[in-house]
Amino acid sequence: MRRFLSFRDFDWWLLLLLLAMCGISLVEVHSTTVHTRFASFGPKQMFWVAAGVVIMFIFSKVDYHRILDWAPWGYWFGILALAAIFTPLGHDALGGRRWIKAGPIEFQPSEFVKLVLMMMVARYFANLGGRDLTWRDIFKAFALVGVPMLLVLKQPDMGTTLTYFPVLIAGLFLGGISLRQATILIVCGTALVAGVWSSGKLLKPYQKARLTSFINPDNDPRGKGYQVKQSLIAVGDGGIWGKGTEKGTQTQGYFLPIPYTDFIFAAYSEEHGFVGALFVLLLYFFILMRLIQNAQTAADLSGSLIIMGIVAVLTFQIAVNVGMVIGFMPVTGIPLPLMSYGGSSVLFTFLALGVAMNVRMRRFVN
Amino acid sequence: MASNGSNRGEKLPTLKLTVVQYGILLMMLALAGGLWRLQVLGAANFQQLAEQNRIRKEPIMAPRGKLFDRYNRLIVDNYPSVSCFLVREQSHRVDADLPLIAKGLNLDLDQLKATLKHYRSSPGYQPIPIKEDITADEQAFIAAHKNELPELETIDEERRLYPRDGFAAHLIGYVGEVSEEDLNNPRFAYYEPGDVVGKAGVEETYDALLRGSDGSRDVVVDSHGREVGYLRTQHAIPGQDLRLTIDNDIQRAAELALGDRSGAVVVMNPKNGEILAMVSHPSYDPNEFAVKINRADWNKLITDPNHPLMNRAIQAQLAPGSTFKILMSVAGLQEGVAQDMKVMCNGGATFYGHFYACDRHHGMVDIEHAIPWSCDTFYYTLANRLGIDTIAKYAHEVGLGQRTGIDLPNEATGTVPSTEWKLKNFHEKWFAGETISVGIGQGAVTVTPIQLARYISGVASDGHFVRPHVVDPAQLPEQFRQSLADQFPGSGDATIPLDPNTWTIITNGMAGATDPTMGGTAAASHLEGVDFAGKTGTAQVASHAALALMGHGVDTRPNGWFVGVIPRRNPEFVVAVLWEHGDWGSNAARLAAQVATVYVNKQRMEEHNVLQQAGASKPIEVGAVWSVSRPAPDGSGSAGETAELHGGHFFLDLGAPAAAPKALASGIFPVPDWLSASPPRFKEDSH
Repeated sequence: MRRFLSFRDFDWWLLLLLLAMCGISLVEVHSTTVHTRFASFGPKQMFWVAAGVVIMFIFSKVDYHRILDWAPWGYWFGILALAAIFTPLGHDALGGRRWIKAGPIEFQPSEFVKLVLMMMVARYFANLGGRDLTWRDIFKAFALVGVPMLLVLKQPDMGTTLTYFPVLIAGLFLGGISLRQATILIVCGTALVAGVWSSGKLLKPYQKARLTSFINPDNDPRGKGYQVKQSLIAVGDGGIWGKGTEKGTQTQGYFLPIPYTDFIFAAYSEEHGFVGALFVLLLYFFILMRLIQNAQTAADLSGSLIIMGIVAVLTFQIAVNVGMVIGFMPVTGIPLPLMSYGGSSVLFTFLALGVAMNVRMRRFVN
Repeated sequence: MASNGSNRGEKLPTLKLTVVQYGILLMMLALAGGLWRLQVLGAANFQQLAEQNRIRKEPIMAPRGKLFDRYNRLIVDNYPSVSCFLVREQSHRVDADLPLIAKGLNLDLDQLKATLKHYRSSPGYQPIPIKEDITADEQAFIAAHKNELPELETIDEERRLYPRDGFAAHLIGYVGEVSEEDLNNPRFAYYEPGDVVGKAGVEETYDALLRGSDGSRDVVVDSHGREVGYLRTQHAIPGQDLRLTIDNDIQRAAELALGDRSGAVVVMNPKNGEILAMVSHPSYDPNEFAVKINRADWNKLITDPNHPLMNRAIQAQLAPGSTFKILMSVAGLQEGVAQDMKVMCNGGATFYGHFYACDRHHGMVDIEHAIPWSCDTFYYTLANRLGIDTIAKYAHEVGLGQRTGIDLPNEATGTVPSTEWKLKNFHEKWFAGETISVGIGQGAVTVTPIQLARYISGVASDGHFVRPHVVDPAQLPEQFRQSLADQFPGSGDATIPLDPNTWTIITNGMAGATDPTMGGTAAASHLEGVDFAGKTGTAQVASHAALALMGHGVDTRPNGWFVGVIPRRNPEFVVAVLWEHGDWGSNAARLAAQVATVYVNKQRMEEHNVLQQAGASKPIEVGAVWSVSRPAPDGSGSAGETAELHGGHFFLDLGAPAAAPKALASGIFPVPDWLSASPPRFKEDSH
């Protein structure tokens, strides 16, 4: 029996959680920028959120099977766009070539590719139909994700490169990798990382120093170590109740680096304390749980895999960003989804969530 | 679950999703644990670190005490100065900004690049000084480009504003950054690195009073060091203003009289030791190193063969020539030898097989004539009769061979030879023949101008000698006065009982020296109607044999000396002039007469020649900063007066009708009416 899609099936609870998250984000973006020359970021972010919600509604109406059908086209387009960055169309920003500029249109292909990869991985494993994976299947999956990863790594944008990885992991894990295969992969991966680290050929000493500076920030007090140190001070300075909006001395005194994007959680923690930070973590937890529930009730494997890809990326970004802010992880430049300022990030997050909505709304369809 | 109507039939295994859920929960718990550690357990520690991050102790410089002349006329002032620094860390495009910076700050672009290159290896947060003492326009440029050029920073400081052209430069001294040596000296325990301290003259001696006490302020800063607020302020205690004993008019006259000749002039009140004027030429402009002097300029100053930094008035140790004959006369008369001594002068005399020349054939000479005529033959004979140790004894009594104890640093002692002195310094016996030249102030004997002024005025004051000083001790705290006495030991105030006859004969002899009818050596300095008495000295800089050896290129002309007093007995004015290579003491006497004339005319409230000449020559520029009270702009009257700060240079112009003062070079300070209308001081009340 076929039912038409109705917004009655829209995940209003999820939307409420998302909007709460965005509300907090807006307050904090405003607080960290209002007294700087970036004072326009607050209103801009509001616009991005509004646009994101609209996009989410639009994509919730698009059948995700159609999107999966289009995904290969998107994938090849993404690869081309990533390659185009290295042509004169490319545009420098934030110490790397990440943008394509054609006339008035600026476009950051790496975010788009992230979305396309979620679809491609979901499509790939759904087509395998949940059977046991062969090594051939696994290598194909690696190739699928590996090509765009290498292109992004070349920009160089280490942070975004890393966010592609959880898509692959989630796909393999949920797609049916066996324990034996996983063990072999983990052992090989670990050996590879250790080899690269100790050979000293691929990573320059300063890059290593940056990656380890979070363990002992004083080793690099004016570079990444400085950022980690100021971030830790900001978080700790907040105490239990926080210093209040626009009152964080670390945040307002520019001690905290880029407090409206990568370090927004540190700024938020300083101004709203342990209680506020815990509240945000709880919101994230509910959002993720809600998404997983939607994955569980999805009508088919491809829908579940799409949502779980989104969950994987979001979880990874939260873990790495918050981990960085509190000194658990190296500084990699990964923004906090739904919190950090930035149009691309907001729009693609909502776009992905729109697809997830569609999966939920179609759970009784077919 | 596996077949709930889906046409494809496959579903994700619930177990795996549950694993993911628990994984996420675990991650969240770990993050929450991290937050707990930082925000709950570590809060106190991190809050302290955050405080340290943002609070910086910033010194508030105490304004240095000003210097005034004896009539409270300003000599040395401070002016607010702004310096510009560049902090590379604060901009990513410093190199691209340089042309704009160079243009806005009126700097040479290549030089600016060179400056930055020089600091290339220093850390990026270290401020690089790119321009000191910037103008209001340049400040406005920096303020206007705060966003485009965040790397530019300014620092306010107070700078010393000294009179131009080296007016009283040696007496005033100068300030500079404290040296490593001084920092290690326990006497200067209150100095801190980077402090600006007095380095010479009054600035050095009275540094402890002038410097005041710096305050500090707790400034809230952001990570760029930009000030965003203040917490606690401890105000600075300004340095004490000092009134010098200098009379600007006399000082001016002395500067002009000496002109560009090399030498020194000291004018003192013999009754109390107050220095009215102290000039040493060649001079230097202390403004050039009000805070810091560049190395090239400094090297030029210290390697200059004319020693411009040397204060000749207290540091030049030279043979006194005939001015020493006053001491010889004192010794001769007090010992009862000179009274009845008559010497036949035939242009010299022979002692111990050597012929000692006199510049003239004076015929029969007694003590009354020996002083005005300055007959060498007489004093050769007297010296021979007295012997070196008697001469040395009297020389020591009048304060020669030791510091006078003037309150200025690095005073020289001069030399008084004696048998003991020679044994000690040369391990040799004194030869009687050496005494003969000492009798006319040659040989090993050396004095400083300040010693001469003190000793001759002391003799003229019936044996009452005074300690010269440039700052009236009455304005000093008791403790400081005490330490000053310990710090500057010297002959100080002293009285030696003189025989009344000694006093009369010598003072009359000195009066004769300036008396044309007596044929005195200083007849040219005779002042009509003024009891101006004195003694010339013409001191050879080397022996005749040495002169022949030195040959050309070295100035071998003798030094001219003159010491004059008004009046001859119990004088109220003494002037000592040293004209290096001035050929004759009589030339020095002419200079002294000019200074004496100004003094006398000032006493008479008359204008004089020297000062009219002054009008024609370059006036002395003096800097000043003053505040002018203005009613509040709303016109509410006396309730809300505001003080407006003005500053500028004006001219110490005593002779000519008051010239319109010029504003400071930048033209930013208005000059008030009262200054341009100010008449020369001693025109105010003529006749």
